[in-house]
Amino acid sequence: MRVRKTKSRRTEMTPVTTLHYLVVAAALFVLGVIGVLTRRNVVIVLMSVELILNAVNLNLVAFSRIWGLHGQVFAIFVITDAAAEAAVGLGILIAFFRNKETVNVDEVDLLKW
Amino acid sequence: MFFLENIWLIPLLPAFGATLMFFFGRKLQKQTVSAVCVGTVALAFVLSCGAVWQYVHNFPGSQPFEKVMYTWLGSDTGHLTYTTHDGFPAEFKAQVGFLLDPLSSIWLLFVTGVGMLIHIYSTGYMAHEGGYYRFFGYLNLFMFSMLTLILGNNYAQLFVGWEGVGLCSYLLIGFYFHRKSASDAANKAFIVNRIGDAGFLLGMFTIAWHFGSVRFTEVTTMARSGHFPVGDPVLTAAALLLFVGACGKSAQLPLYIWLPDAMEGPTPVSALIHAATMVTAGVYMVARSNAIFVLAPTAMKTVAVVGALTAIFAASIGLVQNDIKRVLAYSTVSQLGYMFLALGVGAFAAGVFHVFTHAFFKALLFLGAGSVIHAMSGEQDMRNMGDLARRTPLTYVTMFIATLAIAGIPPFAGFFSKDEILLQTWTSEHGAYIWLWVIGYGTALMTAFYMFRLLYLTFYGQPRMSHEVEHHIHESPKSMTVPLAILAFCSIFAGWLGWPHSLKGSDHFARFLEPVFAREARVLEAEGRAAQVAAGKREEEHTGGAEYGLMFLAVAAGLVGWGMAWRAYRHADKGYAEPIEVAAKPLHTALYNKWYVDEGYDYVFTGRRKLGSVRLGILGLGDASAWFDVHVVDGLVNGTGWVTRAVATLSKWWDTWIIDGIGVNGPAILARILSYPFRLFEWGLVQWYALVMVAGLLGFVFYYAWR
Repeated sequence: MRVRKTKSRRTEMTPVTTLHYLVVAAALFVLGVIGVLTRRNVVIVLMSVELILNAVNLNLVAFSRIWGLHGQVFAIFVITDAAAEAAVGLGILIAFFRNKETVNVDEVDLLKW
Repeated sequence: MFFLENIWLIPLLPAFGATLMFFFGRKLQKQTVSAVCVGTVALAFVLSCGAVWQYVHNFPGSQPFEKVMYTWLGSDTGHLTYTTHDGFPAEFKAQVGFLLDPLSSIWLLFVTGVGMLIHIYSTGYMAHEGGYYRFFGYLNLFMFSMLTLILGNNYAQLFVGWEGVGLCSYLLIGFYFHRKSASDAANKAFIVNRIGDAGFLLGMFTIAWHFGSVRFTEVTTMARSGHFPVGDPVLTAAALLLFVGACGKSAQLPLYIWLPDAMEGPTPVSALIHAATMVTAGVYMVARSNAIFVLAPTAMKTVAVVGALTAIFAASIGLVQNDIKRVLAYSTVSQLGYMFLALGVGAFAAGVFHVFTHAFFKALLFLGAGSVIHAMSGEQDMRNMGDLARRTPLTYVTMFIATLAIAGIPPFAGFFSKDEILLQTWTSEHGAYIWLWVIGYGTALMTAFYMFRLLYLTFYGQPRMSHEVEHHIHESPKSMTVPLAILAFCSIFAGWLGWPHSLKGSDHFARFLEPVFAREARVLEAEGRAAQVAAGKREEEHTGGAEYGLMFLAVAAGLVGWGMAWRAYRHADKGYAEPIEVAAKPLHTALYNKWYVDEGYDYVFTGRRKLGSVRLGILGLGDASAWFDVHVVDGLVNGTGWVTRAVATLSKWWDTWIIDGIGVNGPAILARILSYPFRLFEWGLVQWYALVMVAGLLGFVFYYAWR
């Protein structure tokens, strides 16, 4: 019901364009970036990285409406890549936890001058 | 010819005895030891008599008999070749060979004869001593060495015997080795003898260099060939070096100092080695080298002067000594001086004659002294003796004979030989040596005085010993008195062998030796020294008033000395007065302290005494060496070390500050300083990096947006 009501209210609004997708993707990207920058937990950071990647994917898919299927193919690759990255990242995370007994990134600052 | 062909047995027999004592002596009975050791020497004496008898009968011309056993040094491979002084090639070669000629015959006879008597005497004297077999082993070894010395046919073999007798002398002086004074005396004898031996060795090498041979017959033949000029400096050097050796062995100035100390040994040793035989080895060697000495007038003069000075020097010390053996020791040195005086003035036969007679009466004196010491329970100080004539009559009679002999009272042995020496000194060089005669004459006077002093202090006067000692006085056993008697017989009659022509004699002794020295006489004659011609001719020329006058003077000297001693000591009781001390106290002190020669040597040569604050001599050399070592050698070492350390410090500073500092660490520090701002960007926190990336991204975005 509610959906129908809304639909009826917006019948006169502009259709969903590429720009909308881009806005959603940008929002998603910003959420991801904020997550990466602010959260301490490595798992959350990795999840935020996934958000960023998915924002990119959304961009690629959105642009494929205009430029053909290349974008979608590329998105498939990125998903694959994200899966590999998650696997590697979580592996590092486990090794990290075993050594440090923590999953907070700010407690690890050895790699510096 | 049995004895001549087997002459090698003579030295080998005592060597056999010594070997036996060395290996088995400890286990043998005293009787066995006596039998073996006396037996070997007695047998050697018999063989010697046989050898000399055969020699005299088979060699009427007295040409030397040589028996060469084998080549000892050198070979046919030519490895020991060298060039002589004159540029001829020569081969160094020394044989083990035996040479018998009149000279070695005489030595052979009295060495084995007196040696045998002293061996017999020792069986009595040493009967109660420890180390009996050791003593006789050493004595036998000594006989072997002495016979090797006498019979050797070359200087090298003579040197073997020479060193052997030196060793035996050392061993026997130090026989009572538990006594420090005895071992010190042994060391002194050995060391002083080494000085002489060095001279002898150098002399031998000089002879080898000059003549290309060390064999007596060859050297003598060459020296007499006329190819070598009289006064050749090399020959003079050789002769003088040989004489240095003789000075050591025969206790001449300045090397006589060991002989008085050698009295630390047992008395038979003093008799055999340090009176009768070994100390005459120097005389033998010089007489043996007469051909060389005749070619070196300077050396001859030296021998004569040293001999005369030694004679009077030692006699003067003997005047005041109180130890009975020391008096005899200085007497020996003095008589040896006589012998060298004779050799030096060219009267070789007279010198050898004195050796011969001296061997008997001096051995007798020492053995008599030993008998006295035996009777006195070991007391040697004449101040504690006296009145022994009644208690030890045989010792007294024999010693009296020996004293008459040494004092030169006719017709005892010493008279003939000493008179001959004085006569030859008076006439040699046409009287150029008269002052040597004066010295010799003064010595004769002193000799008579100190010998009769010894006799009177020992056998006359009041008994001055303690009652306990007096109670024990006894005449010595037969084994000791029989040798005394035999030696006394020889002391009377030995001189008659040289009964001079002037007294209607025939002087057999000089005639027998003539072949050995004849050539010298001819050389001397050719040089216009007619006075030194050989015995036979000389006697005829000089039979005259002068000779009788000299003879009278010599006898007078003996009698005057006797009379002086008789006056001073005949009634000697406790605290008797020494006439020299009464007349001149400082002189007596100087004489009593032996002219302070030992002290002088300690100041100058050994360095045991300091001269002011300076130490001279061997110890001084040691001090100087130590100083040199500590300050110069160690200084160099330490200096080198210091320099090394300084350089190392510098090097380390350079390395630390320049190489490491500027070269290595400098760029690193520079890089570090320069890189510092950049390092600040690296926090190590992943999210910060991400933030920078975002910032950069935003930067790009805004840049493109606003451009």
